[in-house]
Amino acid sequence: MMHLEFFLLLSAALFCIGIYGLVTSRNAVRVLMSIELLLNAVNLNLMGFSNYLDPTGIKGQVFTVFVITVAAAEAAVGLAIILAIYRNRQTIDMEQFNLLKW
Amino acid sequence: MNLAEGVQSVTLIILSAMMIAAALGVVLLSNIVYSAFLLGGVFICISGIYILLNADFVAAAQILIYVGAINVLILFAIMLVNKQEDFQAIPRRWIRKGSAALVCVGLFALLGTMVLVTPWQLDATSPAVIENTMIALGKHFFSDFLLPFELASVLLLIAMIGAIVLARRDFIPDLSSRSELTTTALTLPERPRELTKSGK
Repeated sequence: MMHLEFFLLLSAALFCIGIYGLVTSRNAVRVLMSIELLLNAVNLNLMGFSNYLDPTGIKGQVFTVFVITVAAAEAAVGLAIILAIYRNRQTIDMEQFNLLKW
Repeated sequence: MNLAEGVQSVTLIILSAMMIAAALGVVLLSNIVYSAFLLGGVFICISGIYILLNADFVAAAQILIYVGAINVLILFAIMLVNKQEDFQAIPRRWIRKGSAALVCVGLFALLGTMVLVTPWQLDATSPAVIENTMIALGKHFFSDFLLPFELASVLLLIAMIGAIVLARRDFIPDLSSRSELTTTALTLPERPRELTKSGK
């Protein structure tokens, strides 16, 4: 049961769920949550490879720690951007954010 | 299969099912607060899977950073933009949702085939050769990953300052009347906060 393929399939499923949420959700905060799901799917992939392909020099875990760091920075800046847009447009509907539409 | 492997398999199946169900709830539920709490559930389940993958330090970091920081930050953002707004309906929105679901299922099928077809060159070494993953990670951080480690601290500083600059709100409506302030290229367009009278 504990095979590498199982973890890879699990992270692929999580990634696809995250992509679906990223594309279809209209609430801007939910889009950020979907991005967190995507990053976690990547982390799960890295940890699986680290445990099964490189168990002596756990480089996958090092990469996972870096991804977690970048995810924390991304969440802070993303939520600040959402707050700024909310003050500007008085809504968090993704369909209303058409400032770049021409 | 001895007892330990059985316990591992059962734990892994339970954690995986909970993780997938919670992730579907994050995406599909209409109430955003439920989604935020289910996101915390997803993070905790992933942390359990990390423990099954012999990574205790990263599991602890996952709970500390994701559940303790990012999830709380998302909950604060939900509170700050708390507006019960009913999004106006878009005609033929189900076509978008259906095509997105189709593309996602197709992507999963593609990834699954790739995972199952590829002959992985598994390393037969037991992960127990590393006694303490924290020490091993520290050796990596301060030898061959030193530059990314230092860059990560700079990145965190940049993100903190950027988030503060983006999220503060008091802009000056009367810039011209405050002409005694010298404006340089480094002057921020925000007004310094009024000093409060103390005592007297």
